[in-house]
Amino acid sequence: MSSPPRPGVRSVVLRSGVYADSVRLMQVSRDIGARDGVSAVLVAMATPLNLELAAGMGLAPEEPATPEQLLVAIAADDDAALAAAVAAVEAALAERQRSTASAQAVPARTIGAGLDALPADGPALAIVSVPGAYAVAEAADAIAAGQSVLVFSDGVPVEHEVALKRAAHDAGVLVMGPDCGTAIVSGVALGFANVVRPGPVGLVAASGTGAQQVSCLLDMAGVGVSHVLGVGGRDLSEAVGGLATLDALAALDADPATERVLLVSKPPAPSVAAAVSAAAAQLSVPVRSAALSAQTPDLTAAVEALLGDLGVAVPEWPSRSGADDGALPGAVLKGLYSGGTLADEAMLLAAPVLGDVRSNTPLRPDLDLGTDLAATGHVVVDFGDDALTVGRAHPMIDPTLRLEAIDRLAASGEPAVLLLDVVLGYGADADPAAALVPALTAARARTTLPVVVALVGTEADPQGWSRQADALAAAGAHVFASNAQATRHALGLLGARA
Amino acid sequence: MSLGQLLSAPPAVVAAGVDVFSASLRAQGAEVTDVDWRPPGFGDPADLAALVLDPRRATANRTAVERVLAAGSVLTDVRPAREVLRLADRTILHAGPPIDWADASGPLRGGLIGATLFEGWASTVEEAERLLAAGEIALDPCHHHSAVGPMAGITSPSMWMWCLEDPVQGGKAYCNLNEGLGKVLRMGAFNEEVLTRLGWMRDVLGPVLAQAVRSMAEPLDVKAVLAQMLQMGDEGHNRNRAGSLMALRELSPAVVGVDAPSSDVAAVLRFIGGNEHFFLNLGMPTAKLAMDAARDVPGSTMVTVMARNGTEFGIQTAGTGDRWFTGPAQTPVGLFLGDYGPDDANPDIGDSAIMETYGVGGFSMAAAPAIVRFVGGTVPDALATTERMYQLTLTENPAMAIPILGFRGSPTGIDVVSVARTGWLPQINTGMAGRVAGTGQVGAGLVQPPRECFEQALAALAQEARAA
Repeated sequence: MSSPPRPGVRSVVLRSGVYADSVRLMQVSRDIGARDGVSAVLVAMATPLNLELAAGMGLAPEEPATPEQLLVAIAADDDAALAAAVAAVEAALAERQRSTASAQAVPARTIGAGLDALPADGPALAIVSVPGAYAVAEAADAIAAGQSVLVFSDGVPVEHEVALKRAAHDAGVLVMGPDCGTAIVSGVALGFANVVRPGPVGLVAASGTGAQQVSCLLDMAGVGVSHVLGVGGRDLSEAVGGLATLDALAALDADPATERVLLVSKPPAPSVAAAVSAAAAQLSVPVRSAALSAQTPDLTAAVEALLGDLGVAVPEWPSRSGADDGALPGAVLKGLYSGGTLADEAMLLAAPVLGDVRSNTPLRPDLDLGTDLAATGHVVVDFGDDALTVGRAHPMIDPTLRLEAIDRLAASGEPAVLLLDVVLGYGADADPAAALVPALTAARARTTLPVVVALVGTEADPQGWSRQADALAAAGAHVFASNAQATRHALGLLGARA
Repeated sequence: MSLGQLLSAPPAVVAAGVDVFSASLRAQGAEVTDVDWRPPGFGDPADLAALVLDPRRATANRTAVERVLAAGSVLTDVRPAREVLRLADRTILHAGPPIDWADASGPLRGGLIGATLFEGWASTVEEAERLLAAGEIALDPCHHHSAVGPMAGITSPSMWMWCLEDPVQGGKAYCNLNEGLGKVLRMGAFNEEVLTRLGWMRDVLGPVLAQAVRSMAEPLDVKAVLAQMLQMGDEGHNRNRAGSLMALRELSPAVVGVDAPSSDVAAVLRFIGGNEHFFLNLGMPTAKLAMDAARDVPGSTMVTVMARNGTEFGIQTAGTGDRWFTGPAQTPVGLFLGDYGPDDANPDIGDSAIMETYGVGGFSMAAAPAIVRFVGGTVPDALATTERMYQLTLTENPAMAIPILGFRGSPTGIDVVSVARTGWLPQINTGMAGRVAGTGQVGAGLVQPPRECFEQALAALAQEARAA
């Protein structure tokens, strides 16, 4: 501790009628002691304890002191430093403290804290897009707070999903997800969703792009949606057993705004599909299934059937004609998709006509492409598959991989018809045609490459369906609002008929 | 299934993770709160998952924290440790988790030496050191005896103890009498002045207080005093001015009524009035009563003890009984007396972090803006500290209201899981003892526990949750 003061000068003064609390005085002592040329400082009320400290520092006052007096004791290297230090003490004691501005708001670090800070009235929803291993804690916060949660995160262990969905069921709330990218709740579009009109149809969706296709076609037919409740791609698997689907159906059944329900999914586990059908039959709201399968391969057909239920005429689905390249009999189908369900739909429609279609998300395990995205023959690639989105954004945001694949296809010289999806709406690329048009133009300049685009969106989307469709058609692409129609058109160009 | 009105009106959204969603939600005019999420500060993700999914946890934590809130605290007696703790001869209690002489830091050694001299077990410092080093004097944590002690927490058989009871749940807790500031045993000083004062406390202060407390028609409601302190600029750990004056006011009539020489009565009142930390030794057992009421609740992840022995920081949780989870004690940051500096300070020491465990002290910093200046901070810093602590804790204690926060209750019941998830460690206000035995107090400031304590507790709680 105390080293003896360096040789120099000192000032030890007792002042009466000055009081500052001990914390303030300790601050002053510290600040003055940090000045150049000051070797020791004690500014303190002259209590016996402080006088003892001063004596230990060689700075004891010569005259008797009382505890009501302020001791200002300073040792410095020279007179100038001493005078400056004495003046600094005076200034510090006279200084008015800064005003007490209100606290910097402390941001919530967890969903629990964030929900806690909301005003008590009105519904709330949590959105979780943290890395999958940590999503369970955030989602569990929402359930504990009695709120529903949309889990966008992927990589969430299935046992977490099951536990969360059971807890949510018990708490009377819904877990949308994990890996749920699309929902519309009371008019609020969450994640990748389109600007669609409000209306009587509730969607329960185990598939994001499937829900987007269906809700956009309904909108184009003049029919709106009440809610789109995503449940996550695994919900209809054996492991999860449709826990969220059953709760979402029950919620829509109780919702006065929902008059009909459409269930959209990739192929479900048969036992789960049966359980969901049985549950749906018990509801007062009519439920129609748009679950893709080899027998029901067509989302557009499901929408048309629903329109029939509603007594609404099926419109001519919007489309744009592209360049007339003539048919390419014997060429191969190259489907380069960003939406997994749309890719599935294309394969389900193509397979009966073309035979086996290979894919990174194949209909049968033996059709797996593995990592060879440039394989020859009929191929459909889902660029949105988790394996291709590691370390990069979803292809609906970052088109790089798909643009490279288009370039590679044109360079390969393999005669082909190119089938693409372009998904519009919130969360998607602000102008997908801007990147796609130069790539298509370059590819078509190099080789004969008919292009067919399934353009999923609405006029009201930020990107505007017509604006995008016109730009793509000007580049030679045939554009369809319906993915099923787009696929059939591509099959027609291959000389095949679906 | 109504989903809590989710489908009836546009929901307010709280989002954690990538903010691309929030931007498009705002573009739609939705009300969005972005969580400042970050990966947990520590802990295996699988352990965290096991705990957040443990179906017992919510109920267990509610049970634990409700016991904390329900606990009362009244002063029932003052008695020597020998009698009330049934302390065996040649036993000294100390602060924090268990430790032996070899690992003891300077101030703890100083306190042990002082107590050994004070009890007459040795007549010289060297003899005391020899006895202690040979293990001929047993050491045990205060916490193992329903007791707490500030700083070194040195409690030997002849020392008088405040005896407090929880009239609601029946618990008992004990704490020695505060010696004042400067060269004191609890800061590791053991010179003649210290031993003389301890002798006076044994011979005069203790007996007078015992008679006074026993004569009071209504026992002193210590919890009520603690609650009032927060209304008066104290936080109950580093600032006890109002509480000490209130204790003096409550005890004075009884002290004056004691059958003792008037000079002794005057000395007792002068001693109490001259020690602005006098109340700390009443506040600590009050917090101890509340936290002990929450012991042994399987599945609860709430912290019941935070305590330091000058070498290690230890915590216990409601779900893991009396098991200690320890890590190296940190050195506080703050202001120093005289020309003491950071190199003179010993690592963190004392059971007084029981105050923060209870939700006051550093957790209620907003109630005592003066305290934040110990680290050169500002009043907004004090408010922000308390705001952060709300995110670590299970509930708010309505009995401990913080005026500047609109009388919001103090943040109470530290959840190990929340500590991991936020990455924020509990904030503790503390005194600083000199590193060298015999020095005494060198300053006061702020300190945090080492994260290792919480890391170990999290792993142990997760293991227990999986086994349950």
